[in-house]
Amino acid sequence: MQHGKYRFIVGFLALPLGLYALFVVWPFIQSIYYSFTDWTGLSPEFKMVGFDNYSRMLDDDIFWKSLQHSLLFALLLPVVTIGLALFFAFMINVGGRKRKNGPVITGVRGSSFYKIVYFFPQVLSIAIVALLFAFAYNPDSGAINSLLRGIGLDDLQPLWLGDPDLALWAVMAVLVWSTVGFFVVLFSAGMASIPAEMYEAALLDGANRVTTFFRVTLPLLWDTVQSGWVYMGILALGAESFAVVQIMTTGPGGPDYSTTVMVLYVYQKAFRDGQAAYATTIGVALLVVTLAFAAVVMRLGRRERLEY
Amino acid sequence: MGSTSAENHGTEGVGRRDLIKRSAALGLISVPTMSFLSACASSGGDDSGDKAKAGKKTAKNPLAVNDTAGMEFVLFDGGFGKEYAEDAVKIYEKNFPEATVKFSATQKIQSTLQPRFNQGTPPDLIDNSGAEQMDMGVLVGKNQLTDLTPLLDAPSYDDPDKKVRDTLRPGIVEMGQFDGEKVWILYYAYTVYGVWYSQKALASLDEQYPETWDQMLAVCAKAKKKGMAGWTYAGKYPYYLPFSLYPMIGKVGGREVLDAIDNLEPNAWKHPAVKACFDAYYELYKKGYVLKGTPGLDHIQSQTAWAEGKALFIPNGSWVENESANVIPEDFDLAVSAPTGLDSSDKMPFGTIWASGGEPFIVPAKAKNAPGGMEQLRIMLSEASSKNFTGKVKSLTAYDGGTDGVALTPGLKSGVAALDKAGENVVNPRLQDWYVQLQKEKIGVSGLGEMMAGRLTPAEAIKKIQGFADEAAKDDSIKHYKHQ
Repeated sequence: MQHGKYRFIVGFLALPLGLYALFVVWPFIQSIYYSFTDWTGLSPEFKMVGFDNYSRMLDDDIFWKSLQHSLLFALLLPVVTIGLALFFAFMINVGGRKRKNGPVITGVRGSSFYKIVYFFPQVLSIAIVALLFAFAYNPDSGAINSLLRGIGLDDLQPLWLGDPDLALWAVMAVLVWSTVGFFVVLFSAGMASIPAEMYEAALLDGANRVTTFFRVTLPLLWDTVQSGWVYMGILALGAESFAVVQIMTTGPGGPDYSTTVMVLYVYQKAFRDGQAAYATTIGVALLVVTLAFAAVVMRLGRRERLEY
Repeated sequence: MGSTSAENHGTEGVGRRDLIKRSAALGLISVPTMSFLSACASSGGDDSGDKAKAGKKTAKNPLAVNDTAGMEFVLFDGGFGKEYAEDAVKIYEKNFPEATVKFSATQKIQSTLQPRFNQGTPPDLIDNSGAEQMDMGVLVGKNQLTDLTPLLDAPSYDDPDKKVRDTLRPGIVEMGQFDGEKVWILYYAYTVYGVWYSQKALASLDEQYPETWDQMLAVCAKAKKKGMAGWTYAGKYPYYLPFSLYPMIGKVGGREVLDAIDNLEPNAWKHPAVKACFDAYYELYKKGYVLKGTPGLDHIQSQTAWAEGKALFIPNGSWVENESANVIPEDFDLAVSAPTGLDSSDKMPFGTIWASGGEPFIVPAKAKNAPGGMEQLRIMLSEASSKNFTGKVKSLTAYDGGTDGVALTPGLKSGVAALDKAGENVVNPRLQDWYVQLQKEKIGVSGLGEMMAGRLTPAEAIKKIQGFADEAAKDDSIKHYKHQ
């Protein structure tokens, strides 16, 4: 029966591979092709222009600014989000004190409530979250400045999204707020699969919470953290950063380009300026950055797999 | 720009409508970003073979529309709604009973029509407006549009002795031109830009609208004493400031200053009139006459603060009446004024105002029934259709007149009065339709916005803006235009 095996496998794989090639691989190739043309996106006519778009991109200040911001998003957001999420997940699942007659390993008091609170932003669309925060950041009547006024800090009324020094951080904070819950749940699930005996053994050996976290939880959760890291980085480079920047800050990307990111720039070039070919060029750059990011994270994060 | 004309969507920032588009865009622009872009390219080719044959030219049918050919009309479904166009389509159907008209209204102009342009099968008439407006410069540059001169030279719908071109408001025909004589776009709505205020609030200060800058400062000082800011503006979209700032520059230094700016001439921004006007606006910031927090407000938030009486003046366009209808109090007595000048030495008189067309209609070059598309426009430019529009959506049209017997809202009435007062002194700076990125992001946000937030002095702002303009003049990836 051996000789029929490959035909059998190929038969099963042909359709999905074909679909994949058609809808994933082909558009990529096409986009790279278009980045060598002067296609406007508004007419079928275009001609090859060689590396013109690429050399233009290298001279484009706004491109460099958006690249810089995108990299900041990709490097900083995962650190903060995943760090916070690990802390929360640990406290919810493992970090509690032992209570009388309760299980040995438990979360802090009210942990099931916190779980819901953390996860809640996940049910809101990112567009809604961004809009809500745009209102909260309103320097005149927004919640944040009203709160500052309420506690007597009348002089401290930042412009938030209107201030080039603050806008990018304000936008990042919203992304952290809206994504941290997902990772809390993800890590909680990971922690739930760590055998309780490991913790019990650690406790018996006199380990405190910090030691337990770094010596038991984190190593056993490493694979999950790593995938979460890549996922968050790609999210920060792509859709989510586009949504918050586009909705919350000024149309072009913040006061004085302080929040512009690569995806936003692609969108503006393609759909506002009628320069689809240049947009695909930036898209190719974004692809390279994304792949490089994933490669670096996978490489740095490689370590021995622990079995339990 | 929840509401009205093309201007507000075309030239301004985020709006309720944008959100829908944006949430859709989220799906499209994720990491690979590009797959969607490429999906709509390619294909296409020449198919000029299937154009409808010309009909018979008669007095009733001056454009020689083939009365059996189908006509397709795609409208931007924005703040003006679609009723006015549906009414006009009914007239077309009555005049050409054998023709089948396919009418549709959408907010997604670009996503619906971009693929059809790429395939060479666009509809016969398009209202190219809204957040998804297609770039006109590119459409013209790539020969995708039909020259509308035959329409302008055809007899008007109401009076066979008058050409359509003679029934239009000043500036409409010029706005449809890019370089040369050909007219590519017909703007159907007519927007008045200027300084908007509550007549009631001004009266409560015992003041008139100030005509010189000293008076302006005095009014602001008086308002400040009463706990009211003089000005606010869409701080996150500072490209609203030009609605009153540019005509002021024109008033102070003459039209040629604005033309030089539009033409991206070297040192155009270094004209003394520009500096004087920048200084004047900067003084508003310096003296604390701008509502606190304004640089962080978007257009809706600033309009709301203004409607609540927190600030006296706001630079805006005539759509503000419709857009802010739900926050403007009943007794607000909305009014618009031409911008305040500097003093009596200004080159143009008080009353010089910016007014221009909105809601751009185009007939694609590859339309199957281009005469049909133009005929539909001719119908819309009749007095009856124009009145119908003004009555329904509180906005003027390109048709000069057509307001008799229509109940005008306070803002619209004041806009009409301002236009009457302006007479010939209507200016129409073109940066916002010629160079969108330069106008919005660079001059607007990075220049004026930074200056009005106090982070640049007027001199620094001018230097920065001149740099942007020089950059744009050198950039051969954008098409350049000149005033004729």
